[in-house]
Amino acid sequence: MCDTCGCNITDGNRHLVSPGGRLEQTEDGRTAITVLKSLLGENDHQAQHNRAHFDARGILAVLAVNLMSSPGAGKTALLEATIDALGDPARIVVIEGDLETENDAARIRAKGVQAVQIATGSACHLDAHMVHDALHRIDLDGVDIVFIENVGNLVCPASFDLGQHLNVTLLSVTEGDDKPAKYPVMFRAADMMLLTKTDLLAVLDDFDTDKAERALRLVGSAAPVLHASARRNVGVDHWIDWIEGELVAQRARIEAGTTRRPAVQAEGARLHASEAAGGAHGHSHGHSHDHGHDHGHDHAGAPAADTSR
Amino acid sequence: MHELAVCQALVQQLEDVSAANGGGRVELVRLRIGPLSGVEAELLRHAFPVASAGTVAERAELAIEVAPVTVRCSDCGATSAAAPNRMLCGACNGYRVRLASGDEMLLESVELASAEASAAQML
Repeated sequence: MCDTCGCNITDGNRHLVSPGGRLEQTEDGRTAITVLKSLLGENDHQAQHNRAHFDARGILAVLAVNLMSSPGAGKTALLEATIDALGDPARIVVIEGDLETENDAARIRAKGVQAVQIATGSACHLDAHMVHDALHRIDLDGVDIVFIENVGNLVCPASFDLGQHLNVTLLSVTEGDDKPAKYPVMFRAADMMLLTKTDLLAVLDDFDTDKAERALRLVGSAAPVLHASARRNVGVDHWIDWIEGELVAQRARIEAGTTRRPAVQAEGARLHASEAAGGAHGHSHGHSHDHGHDHGHDHAGAPAADTSR
Repeated sequence: MHELAVCQALVQQLEDVSAANGGGRVELVRLRIGPLSGVEAELLRHAFPVASAGTVAERAELAIEVAPVTVRCSDCGATSAAAPNRMLCGACNGYRVRLASGDEMLLESVELASAEASAAQML
């Protein structure tokens, strides 16, 4: 969502914009100021920087994928299987988020892949600033895909844009098929839901994959659903096909001068765009800010995010 | 508990708003929070005094409006209320809906004491 051009003004808050302009005196002499900024505006701004960094390499632009799930759903195991399946460790970089330890980064490095561990201390999520700091320690030359393994948590990570292009939410079949209904914010944020540990379906009689998918649809998501078992290497090929397809799609977007933001934000942008088209409010995305980055990227207002799936 | 992090970002914005408008004390903060933003209004209320202590926003009143979850149907065009985990069109029961409201996490407006009033209270 853009905070500078007025596209935050929606049917829900239009009445708050004071007719006399942004400033108005209240009866008791206070100065009332209309702000209409996302509370996470600062994070979102940093996230745009990160995305510009990923997008700055033209036809060799990097695809950034944020992996979210409960603790223990198999994010690191999926990454290990992904590294094996892709065959070339130099194509991948992994940013690992955990409260403590370098354990996950060590597992990734053991596969010959560049990995940076972010120890968040007590923070329950990664934010765009942490990822930015990690990017300073990463060489993106020759890299195709950056995986960001978020802190295992089905709540907080969903609210923070990191600059990634895609969110993948993992749901392991040992967790219960009603998780999307219980954690709607998280599952709405998913560009793809990956059911993991599916080799265990044979011994579980209480996880119905169709029910899990229906629960995802009921939170208003049209995201695809894939199944995989990283340990038994079942379904990993479909996951790899999806990722490779998304890499090609992202590079096509970069060539066309656009980029992509993850599912939830993109939906907001789409709604605002349709309002603007209806002439509901003046809406120009022509402005650009110079952030002093040297990659020559002009992130003009709300980026021209390709919201198609 | 990411509400503390959100509150810290809010306090930073409040300090910026105050500084850009004469530096007066923040008296009232109006927020609009939707259930699908991932932030709990009640937890924000608890976190705000901690995050704002010693700042220009200390002791400010937090007015939080909880935005309803409403969806716009892509099939029949109706706008209706929905539950966060049951986003169906209230008119035709279709599932091809878009969120119209409910994921907001917005700082709507701020009321500042005049700079003179703020200075007087500091004495």
